[in-house]
Amino acid sequence: MSQAKSHFSPAAVLRGSLVPVLVIALWQILSTSGLINPVVLPSPVQVVVRWWAYLLPTEAYDPAQSSWILWALSGEMLFDAWSSLYRVVLGFAVGAGLALPLGLAMGGNPRIYALFDPLMQVLRPIPPIAYIPLAILWFGLGNAPAVFLIAIGAFFPVLMNTIAGVRHVDGIYLRAARNLGAGKLTMFVRVILPAATPYILAGARIGIGTAFIVVIVSEMIAVNSGLGFRILEAREFMWSDKIIAGMFTIGLLGLAIDIGMNRLNNHLLRWHRGLEN
Amino acid sequence: MTPMLKTVADTMPVADAAPVQIQVRGVEKTFAVGAQKIVALQNIDLDIRKGEFVCLLGPSGCGKSTLLNAVAGFQPPTKGTVTVDGRSITEPGPDRGMVFQEYALFPWMTVAQNVAFGLEIKGMSKAAIAEKVEWLLQKLHLQDFRNRFPKDLSGGMRQRVAIARVLALDSPILLMDEPFGALDALTRRTLQDELLRIWEEVGKTILFVTHSIEESIYLADRIIVMTYRPGTIKRDVAVDMPRPRDGSAPEFNRLKRELSQMVMEEQQRFSQDEIRSVTAD
Repeated sequence: MSQAKSHFSPAAVLRGSLVPVLVIALWQILSTSGLINPVVLPSPVQVVVRWWAYLLPTEAYDPAQSSWILWALSGEMLFDAWSSLYRVVLGFAVGAGLALPLGLAMGGNPRIYALFDPLMQVLRPIPPIAYIPLAILWFGLGNAPAVFLIAIGAFFPVLMNTIAGVRHVDGIYLRAARNLGAGKLTMFVRVILPAATPYILAGARIGIGTAFIVVIVSEMIAVNSGLGFRILEAREFMWSDKIIAGMFTIGLLGLAIDIGMNRLNNHLLRWHRGLEN
Repeated sequence: MTPMLKTVADTMPVADAAPVQIQVRGVEKTFAVGAQKIVALQNIDLDIRKGEFVCLLGPSGCGKSTLLNAVAGFQPPTKGTVTVDGRSITEPGPDRGMVFQEYALFPWMTVAQNVAFGLEIKGMSKAAIAEKVEWLLQKLHLQDFRNRFPKDLSGGMRQRVAIARVLALDSPILLMDEPFGALDALTRRTLQDELLRIWEEVGKTILFVTHSIEESIYLADRIIVMTYRPGTIKRDVAVDMPRPRDGSAPEFNRLKRELSQMVMEEQQRFSQDEIRSVTAD
């Protein structure tokens, strides 16, 4: 409580905003003084204006065409953000959806581990971005190669952590469950899986972070929509203000994903000791 | 031998009428620690009758937990046999409910879910499980904590949940491995009294490991004092004092003095061993 209070006290807000305000002021002075070409570094005001225009609908409101709410959401930025988010979520679901069962099997069964581990060790160090040429060759352009790349980015962190999670289950839980008469399936579903959840979720957070990096890169190369595509497109028109506005939006989306993951984490691990505060 | 220190054969307590439930014959257990071979248990013969409350007493490393684990089926003996109701024990099972010192509650389950877990494994109907869980929560004064997670409970409360969880199994035998060892003295006494109350009510056979002499006298029908390495049975002492036992009564203290002497002999061998192992490094 006291911490939350001090966090939002006027003095703390003032202290926290001091450096950002100074940086923005310096930036404004530099770009309006004529020292720096505005095409290279647009002023912060210009960026905000552009960001606002990027957010707003491009066409005038026409009640005959669509409802008010659809019109309000028809801006380019929201469409781009939605495209990127959709790819991250889909790619992450595919990658984590494959990694989780494989990780559980590898962590729980030494034979399966011995079978798959060499291949995983060879593939794991390859950065997902290195798959781009192959992704385009296999899937062409569009959502498919992007989702493929994102899935690869999410796959390995989730896999490695799931294996570690299963292997680190405290033996006392296994003994207690055996004593209560648990069979193999019950043991796995009701004991090993929940006991491994803290590890698995830590892997999922790393995985979604990687997925978010990969989505921007793959949109710059293989797709014609999304935030990554938009900032590269803006470069071709020398719209540096829009590039920065797009970067800012990418940051906001990343923050939103992180907050969402954090909420999910706190809910799924509400039993966990580490979250007592 | 003082009149207080009767061996089991000398006395005829009520439990003698009951049939033998746990039979340990010629049990030996050896562990390899590096190149060293440690004899944790040797020549253990023990009969425990149905409904008896038996304490295994001794210093650290005397093999009392090893013996308990052999009965539980977690660590089969190197030699010899353990039978329960005539059946040979090879693996753990819900007929021998175990309470661990470190509670071993499932932290991701609430109090009620922990208690229900064994019943779900048994495949009981939802309604029957709910009813039984409710009954157990009432019995152990846990009804206000049913939706809490273990991390939000004190040590004493956690151990109540662990006891409720094994009581749910309706196992004829309770195995308890220093269950109150980590609790403060007052909580410990409260839980000891509750355990005795439940034991008298439901009539289970209890095998209880402890290194506390007072605890063993307060609880047990019989105290098995064990020796330090190799772990053997040093003495089998019957306690025939009426319950609730008074820790300040002369006979309680006389027994305590005699048991202390026996345990201290073994404790000294344990300490010498420790000093030897340190100087050998």
